[in-house]
Amino acid sequence: MKKKDTGLIQDEPLLFEHGGEGRQGYSLPRWDLEEVRADSVIPAPFLRREVEGFPQLSEVDVVRHFTRLSQWNYGVDSGFYPLGSCTMKYNPKVNEEIARWKGFASLHPYTPEELCQGVLQLMYEMEKILAEVTGMDRVSLQPAAGAQGELTGIMMVKACLEARGESRKKVLVPDTAHGTNCSTSTVVSFQMVEIKSNERGVISPEKVAELMDEEVAAVMVTNPNTLGLFEENLKKVAEIVHQKGGFVYNDGANLNALMGIVKLGDLGVDVVHINLHKTFATPHGGGGPGAGPVAIKKELAPFLPVPVIEKVGETYRFNHDYPRSIGKVKAFYGNFGVILKAYAYALSMGPEGLKRASEMAVLNANYLMKQLKGHYDLPYDRPCMHECVFTDRFQERFHVSTLDIAKRLIDYGFHPPTIYFPLVVKGALMMEPTETESKENIDQFVETMIEIAREAEENPDLLHQAPQRVKVRRLDEVLAARKPKLRWKRET
Amino acid sequence: MKLPEDLLYTDSHEWVRDKGGHAAMGITDYAQSQLKDIVFVEMPEIGSSFKKGDSFGVVESVKTVADLYAPVTGKIVETNAALKDHPQFVNEDPYGKGWMVKMEIEDKEELKGLLSAQAYQGTLLEEG
Amino acid sequence: MGDLSRYIPHTEEDCRKMLEAIGLEQVEDLFGSIPKECRLSKPLNLPPALSEPDLLSHLQSLQSPIFSGEKWSNFLGAGAYQHFIPAVVPSLISRSEFYTAYTPYQPEISQGTLQAIFEYQTLMCQLTGMEVSNASLYDGASSFAEGALMAHRINRRKKILLSRAVHPEYRRVIETYIDPDQQTLVEIPYKQEEGRIDEEALAALLDAEVSAAVIQSPNFFGIIEDLQRIGEKVHQSGGLLIAGFNEAVGYGILAPPGELGADIVAGEGQSLGIPVSFGGPYLGIFTTREKFIRNMPGRLVGETVDLEGKRGFVLTLATREQHIRREKATSNICTNEGLCALMATIYLSCFGKKGLRELALMNLSKAEYAKKAISAIRGCEGAFTSPTFNEFVLKIEGDPEKVLKRLRGEKILGGISLGPFYPELDRHLLVSVTELNSKEEIDRWAKALEKALR
Repeated sequence: MKKKDTGLIQDEPLLFEHGGEGRQGYSLPRWDLEEVRADSVIPAPFLRREVEGFPQLSEVDVVRHFTRLSQWNYGVDSGFYPLGSCTMKYNPKVNEEIARWKGFASLHPYTPEELCQGVLQLMYEMEKILAEVTGMDRVSLQPAAGAQGELTGIMMVKACLEARGESRKKVLVPDTAHGTNCSTSTVVSFQMVEIKSNERGVISPEKVAELMDEEVAAVMVTNPNTLGLFEENLKKVAEIVHQKGGFVYNDGANLNALMGIVKLGDLGVDVVHINLHKTFATPHGGGGPGAGPVAIKKELAPFLPVPVIEKVGETYRFNHDYPRSIGKVKAFYGNFGVILKAYAYALSMGPEGLKRASEMAVLNANYLMKQLKGHYDLPYDRPCMHECVFTDRFQERFHVSTLDIAKRLIDYGFHPPTIYFPLVVKGALMMEPTETESKENIDQFVETMIEIAREAEENPDLLHQAPQRVKVRRLDEVLAARKPKLRWKRET
Repeated sequence: MKLPEDLLYTDSHEWVRDKGGHAAMGITDYAQSQLKDIVFVEMPEIGSSFKKGDSFGVVESVKTVADLYAPVTGKIVETNAALKDHPQFVNEDPYGKGWMVKMEIEDKEELKGLLSAQAYQGTLLEEG
Repeated sequence: MGDLSRYIPHTEEDCRKMLEAIGLEQVEDLFGSIPKECRLSKPLNLPPALSEPDLLSHLQSLQSPIFSGEKWSNFLGAGAYQHFIPAVVPSLISRSEFYTAYTPYQPEISQGTLQAIFEYQTLMCQLTGMEVSNASLYDGASSFAEGALMAHRINRRKKILLSRAVHPEYRRVIETYIDPDQQTLVEIPYKQEEGRIDEEALAALLDAEVSAAVIQSPNFFGIIEDLQRIGEKVHQSGGLLIAGFNEAVGYGILAPPGELGADIVAGEGQSLGIPVSFGGPYLGIFTTREKFIRNMPGRLVGETVDLEGKRGFVLTLATREQHIRREKATSNICTNEGLCALMATIYLSCFGKKGLRELALMNLSKAEYAKKAISAIRGCEGAFTSPTFNEFVLKIEGDPEKVLKRLRGEKILGGISLGPFYPELDRHLLVSVTELNSKEEIDRWAKALEKALR
């Protein structure tokens, strides 16, 4: 394969395009007993030859391959990553180290409880921590991600209503909601009814009162919402919903703005999910694994997924005896390896640290908002929480779009903010700095954004051609969708 | 914006060509320009029936989806197989090569409820 | 703020300057938009912050005692398997460009993640003999559940036939996901002696209402099912075959479900380089036929070209997903198990076609040796007659809990008592044997078992 002169951004083919018939990169324990011939114990029709197409690489090949691939990526450790609603905060390295310890990583989930007291204690304490932070009564650590946490929470609401003998079919969801809120409703066969946010960008009690009736199982709010604004009417909305026997679900993706400041339970929230890979600093992993524990008020406790962790005297145990449980959303107990890191983070921060995190997250976002105001269009010009939303309206007249601005940011070495979400804001640029960014980092980002605004006016083509300083530029997503090529195949 | 005079339109951006026999249908030039590059058209089974206003299919671009709504009540008798490999026909020629389905209309009276080219244009100006 | 400033850099001076720029006096004023009566007046009731050394100390004390001191022998399986993880895997996934990145929304700066997922998708297709794979789901259990939901989307039929020999926790998850108003679950029994699906019972259950049959192979008892024959029956009545697995290493020697007529393959990838980690995070593998792509849940990475014609990779067919399709999405999944998929990809790159085969043969050989080792023990026999891979069930004359306790006294985790999962198997132990169980360990286990049964 001919090498191209692309410097340190090395080209690297697919695993399957490496030559090397007969190379190997593995090492197994030595054969200390006789090898059994597969077809002597398993009938031939159930057997296969080798796995066709599987790579054959030496360890050196494997390491070079993935090292090069990693160098094409941008992570939080590379630089500022203001992806709105994702809370890309720094992932403490001590937590990574702890998760690798044998005493946690090699522990089988069916190891008898008497040998797992430490990890059960850890999970029990984590539940208490999350309950305290959110102001709720009980927690399940089982869901593997935020969306699964939502699903679990809504299933519990549905089960509770059915236990009451009610078969409510509707869910009220604001127009600013994340897509998972809608798709979750569908999975449980609820019908979604949209609540339009008011001019202040939040939901109004009047609108909710209009839509609330005895057919509505729950209202699903996000607080702070996806515009970065505190849902100031939530307490009133909760009253209206409760009055007609419904539940209040809070999508907790934006919890990073509220720790130690507000307890969602105090606002009337009945069920909330928490994204540990956002608020509790566990790494995003390039798309997971995460964890999405769900915290509830005690009314929903009988419906918790099993097993439930209990403390009896000084002993911790799993309780499977919850006859009205919704069941399980995951085998075993949850993404323990993720929960462990979040627990370590919570212990490292303590109550003051968590509050400080939220305070600095909100400070950073408001500072960022103030510095960019005037250079970019700000649809909701008032104090925000942990994230702020701008648009490309000022740049439209130069035929520069949010997409162009985002791509140009890449040339300056930044990961762009979230683009085109929330859907209610045309050309949205949603920025969440998080508390782990210093003032200098934000100033640098602001300076760059101002420069880009100037470029948009004076030299818009520069933005249309962006990004330039990358391995690939403006990939053809239309082609990828029209002619899906989802795997490598050997050329015949 | 192309708006053939001989067609009838809906305010959900579908067009109908009724030249006796079966009626051909698709989406308007305005619709395809809003969706941008179309990547897939999900079409109904031949022989399936739809009431006026029912969703009979879906058109997808990279970042959006839009439902297709039956302009009139009827039964699907033909679908445009070319769109499977060439969804871009809808962008290139929405009223010709980009036709989507042909329907046997149940009640021709319903056609009277559709919009003329001018009336449809009027709705576009409102949408603005 | 002491130690915390290593994560939160703001000095008092920084705060002052920033507040000034915003036009506020103190940090508290930032929360003016929150009604006063909602704001907390007391600090959170949590234990005080621990320094890094103290944190390490505290956590060290929480580890299982199994790992301090003399090495224990482990014969536990049931969906979580002890396999050797080459050093290369943890080394490469600790590169922070991989693990501190998020979903590859900006493909130009995520080609590492995207190419790795494309490679993962390819490997999963090759492993299971199918045409297309997604970028991962949460775990084997939710993969099975998503398969059942997908079958309903495809053929709109209401019944899902579910083998009783599917992992009990997986069956519980499928039950939880299914909406009884939309779909019903009907159990397919297994044959008492053989431990395999009762094909006559299956045939009797098949009708025009059956959407799919969910069959795990090797099943929870470690037994290999006849997917081809089962598939033929299911297809005859117009249903789909969902073939599941929870021990991926088996495919090193076992015929892939794709070659046996499966329409959807769902399973657990934990065996492929992912630590057992007390139950998670794991890896949900999901593969299917190309004709079903648009009904598939989960993220998909596709190949394309850039402005200059260079090959690159992007997330594609996103219109199935929650952020676009919203309430009509194929699933609500967003964050999946990206880093775990990467671990599996690296693991399989190391093992390759030869390695996976040898690994599977070693597992089979060790398990067969273990079966032989206990064959002479009084009060202990193989429970089922069918061929197995690296797990099998023993029937013992004794109380399984007591027997296992005695084994623990010799630092042996000898198996899993099946009684709590299957009331009809209350004298039975599920035993898993992998390449990590040495011959000497197996001999010791057999001896201890004999002693415990006296």
